[in-house]
Amino acid sequence: MLSTGIISRPVYPGLTADLKARHNLFAVEGEGAAAVLDLAKKTPPEFFTKATLLYCPAASAGKDYEKQIEARQPKALWTFPTPATVMFRLKGVLQTATMGTRLYVTGTEPFIGLALKEALEAGIDHKSLITEHRGSAKRRVQCVHCKGFTENVTTNPAKCGHCGLNLLVRDHYSRRLGAFQGVCIDAEVPGEAPAPEEIFP
Amino acid sequence: MSGEAEFRVRVAETETVADGIRRLRLVPLGRAALPLFSGGAHTVLTMQDEDRVLRNPYSLMGSPFDSSSYQISVLRTRDSRGGSIFVHDKLKEGSELSITAPVNLFPIDRRARRHLLIAGGIGITPFMAMMEQLEREELPFELHYGMRSKAGGAYWSALRDTYGRRINTYFDDAQQKIPLTRLLENQPLGTHLYVCGPAAMIDWVLTEAREAGWPEENVHFERFSAPPAGAPFTIELAKAGRVIDVKPTQSILEAIEAAGLTVPFLCRGGACGQCETHVVSCSGTIEHNDHFLSAAEKASGGKIMICVSRLKSAGSRIVLDL
Repeated sequence: MLSTGIISRPVYPGLTADLKARHNLFAVEGEGAAAVLDLAKKTPPEFFTKATLLYCPAASAGKDYEKQIEARQPKALWTFPTPATVMFRLKGVLQTATMGTRLYVTGTEPFIGLALKEALEAGIDHKSLITEHRGSAKRRVQCVHCKGFTENVTTNPAKCGHCGLNLLVRDHYSRRLGAFQGVCIDAEVPGEAPAPEEIFP
Repeated sequence: MSGEAEFRVRVAETETVADGIRRLRLVPLGRAALPLFSGGAHTVLTMQDEDRVLRNPYSLMGSPFDSSSYQISVLRTRDSRGGSIFVHDKLKEGSELSITAPVNLFPIDRRARRHLLIAGGIGITPFMAMMEQLEREELPFELHYGMRSKAGGAYWSALRDTYGRRINTYFDDAQQKIPLTRLLENQPLGTHLYVCGPAAMIDWVLTEAREAGWPEENVHFERFSAPPAGAPFTIELAKAGRVIDVKPTQSILEAIEAAGLTVPFLCRGGACGQCETHVVSCSGTIEHNDHFLSAAEKASGGKIMICVSRLKSAGSRIVLDL
């Protein structure tokens, strides 16, 4: 039902350190902090002394990741209450960054998508971004009919949070919008749609 | 195949612009205008030199917005197989020749927030067209241009007049060197780097960019190799059923064309990948001279770029899927 084989479906190969980078900038959400700690085990300490981390604990709140990251002595670790506040700071940091800065993003897919959107606007090629998906498989979905965005979608089909249509959540992804495309699934006979299944837990 | 779209032009103007550098203006024959191109594009000139046909790629250096003529600049090279000597000694105003439709393997990346251009010697030519385009589109750029000497460098004075402080010149004989390390350190995020010049200079810039932590997506280069000479060998074209000898100064592509056959090509410099050919079998060792195949592909011996690569030892034989 996802129409698999759609090549716009992003892949997240996992965090690897660019040891040549002059500055390592991290945007981290939730369980992504565990990916950062895993990376730390594989990299020399100097890597973290050149690192600035923007971290939103989200689903991993209370798990003590912050302290463990701090123990790696990063150049800076800033904690934010929401993904949106991370993005606001990320935009500011990217505006004054110089070439030689490498951006790493890890967390849920909507978070990675939003960070990539900021990166693209700052002139970073999407292939230069180093990403790892951790945590929930929830999706950010754009309704192709009313253009509204629905956050935290875990089911398919899903109801558009704006116009209320039943949407088939496709693998068709927009990097510019940071969202999957949702298409009305019961246009012929409204209401005649498969029952929603939780397939993005 | 754009490599096959050729048209006739006439040399309308020639000028010696620096020591050993000649500029040509080419106007269309039998048509009103030439195709428009984008900054960084090149064309392949076909030159009939007595019994020999030479085909060399040259960057288009005129304005991309002018379809009435194309301009190229050619450096006379000592190790030339004859192309640059032909342009310098045999072409004159009124000469007619064939050129291919322009192809761009070195385009401006429009997502860039800033463009850093690095030229060495005759490598200035693609940047001449690029800067016309960048200027018209009001995109920020700066050029760093290294030359042997004031007399040996082309266009630097006119470029300074046109673009002012965005043009930075460096002369070897005055012990001036492009301050690459400092340049690479201080560029805003989203800057793209472009380099064109001698092979050693391109290698230097690519290495320094990597060391400065630049991602490869932001670094662009153009490197045309002339097909190197070597030992004579034999090719067999499996589909065409032909056996052709490749002379020491010929490339495989040139030998095939000299035998009256046509195969796809674009850059003729080992950069674009258009002439990638499958190898059916080979009795010798392939000398891969291209910049297109990956190291793994080269090692496997299954493919060859026939515009620049050849066999190492005399008398060996390769069967190609052509």
